[in-house]
Amino acid sequence: MARIWSWIIAVPRFLYAFIVGDDWTVAVAVVAGLVVTAVLNANHIVAWWLMPIVAIVATGVSIQRNYAPK
Amino acid sequence: MVSTGLVPVLITTFLASAVEAVEMVAIVVGVGATRGWRSTIFGAVSGFATLAVVVLILGVALSQIPIGPLRLVIGFLLLVFGLQWFRKGIVRVAAQGFAGMAAAGPGEADEEWKGPGVDWTAWFLAWKGVVLEGLEIAIIVVSFGVAANNLGAAAVGGVSALAIFLAAGFLLQRPLRMIPRSFLQLIVGTLLTSFGTFWAVEGLGVDWPASDGAIVVLIAVYAVTALLYIARQRRGTTALRVAA
Repeated sequence: MARIWSWIIAVPRFLYAFIVGDDWTVAVAVVAGLVVTAVLNANHIVAWWLMPIVAIVATGVSIQRNYAPK
Repeated sequence: MVSTGLVPVLITTFLASAVEAVEMVAIVVGVGATRGWRSTIFGAVSGFATLAVVVLILGVALSQIPIGPLRLVIGFLLLVFGLQWFRKGIVRVAAQGFAGMAAAGPGEADEEWKGPGVDWTAWFLAWKGVVLEGLEIAIIVVSFGVAANNLGAAAVGGVSALAIFLAAGFLLQRPLRMIPRSFLQLIVGTLLTSFGTFWAVEGLGVDWPASDGAIVVLIAVYAVTALLYIARQRRGTTALRVAA
């Protein structure tokens, strides 16, 4: 039972570490960007430009916060 | 259904698989060299068998989902995952340039097995290395292939990278460690971020200007961004050295 439980915990943990990695705020920024893109598109506003900007800004902020030379 | 071209799918899945394959081969070769080859190869083959089952289940399951919602979900996952490699690639290339992997072995086992039967430590280390690194390859290849509506090309890209790097790993153990993995990670991060952005936005029903041609523009934009961030990181490090 303990082994099954450890697998149940290990699989989501592996997927989280593999996909999201060390900075969850980037994933949150991507979700927020996609929500805003969907809202803009639903209101017939051109929205393709938003996600590249979100990706670039989120990367810059993440690098600055986590990897800036100290 | 709209499918993405053969060449971009092949190149992206080949390079993404190459990054993970280098790690996989380093583990297997390291275990084989220290614990002996028989049980290590047995473990690696068992790992590949496990992977084949996972890929089959994952591929069949994903093929049943309509392409629109699938591209949104996979685009999102590829974008988040691609951005992780993108920023790690930027930071590592800024810090190390084109340096290869560290020369250290697996460090988990350091004595050759001389007993009878199977060395289960070597078997488990090789199996774990193949399954963990291979699972990452499988997730990238299957999700990318299904979203591109070109699973065959994605599988060819992934399997050929594995075959080439496995063969190279056994024949040329030292040169394999010279591969500039950080730079490769940055290239793949750029490609996955570009495709992830394209598919996630397209999955929301948004039309890209120039349709599939937008992918090329996205790759160029993210590549320029990477160069700018690398320059910024290096400037910061240089400024600190001068101040010290």
